[in-house]
Amino acid sequence: MTSVRTNDTQIIVDEHLPLVRIIREFDAPPERVFAAHTDPALVVRWLGPRNLTMTIDTWDCRRGGEYRYIHARDGEEYAFHGSFHDVRSNERIVQTFTFEGMPDSVALETLVLEDLGDGRTRLTGTSLVDSLEDRDAFIASGMEQGVKEGYEQLDELLAGL
Amino acid sequence: MTAEQLSKVFAALADPTRRDIVARLTDGDATVNELAEPYDVTLQAVSKHVKVLQDAGLVSRRRDAQRRPVHLEAEVFDLMTKWIERYQRQAEDRYRRLDDVLADMADPADMASPNPDLSQTDPDRTGGTP
Repeated sequence: MTSVRTNDTQIIVDEHLPLVRIIREFDAPPERVFAAHTDPALVVRWLGPRNLTMTIDTWDCRRGGEYRYIHARDGEEYAFHGSFHDVRSNERIVQTFTFEGMPDSVALETLVLEDLGDGRTRLTGTSLVDSLEDRDAFIASGMEQGVKEGYEQLDELLAGL
Repeated sequence: MTAEQLSKVFAALADPTRRDIVARLTDGDATVNELAEPYDVTLQAVSKHVKVLQDAGLVSRRRDAQRRPVHLEAEVFDLMTKWIERYQRQAEDRYRRLDDVLADMADPADMASPNPDLSQTDPDRTGGTP
């Protein structure tokens, strides 16, 4: 696909509630966006960060199912796990999320898919944590990761797209 | 910035009154008296909040002036904005990869993967945290 990328990701950080909301539109119908979240063979192709090997242990995306995956780089492993609380075809996935390096922290993640017609979908993902501090740390952990990977790579990528 | 400093910033901004103080200081410096006006709390309580913000490096007190106005250290305060921008870019990277997966899925042959390989290494892949 060579279309111009116009689907910018929007991040909403609530001032009063410990949540982060991500909104993004896709040039694909809800069934396809949903499948890309539920089929582990597809998930592994986009969820993992750069220069890390993503391995999915378990990805049982149905109500009451569970998941676990590992990101590995240079002998270091980062594992994540959670449960699928609710999975409604082409509409909604609710799951818990824990980074095993911080086993006492858990986020509740709600993914909502909205059919925009014309084969387009709006995805709204909300991560809710315990405190504003945890939320800010959650955002900052992305920052830390990004610094490790280096701004150059990111600029390169952004320029290439 | 060390992890300890970061924790101080998080702790300082976790309190709604302190976030409100920071928000008001974006309009300009203010004395503790001025900052205390809208709140139904003692001057000492506001002083304490200012002290916490000061320890976190979010605000400073001018030494020279007798009023000792509280000054917002914009550079530290901008950190959160930078984190959010970073987070946004990482999410965008991730979703661009998802765009590609979705585009591939338009071809139904790609949908059926009889023997899915659940481990993938690709040095060209880019992106953020889950």
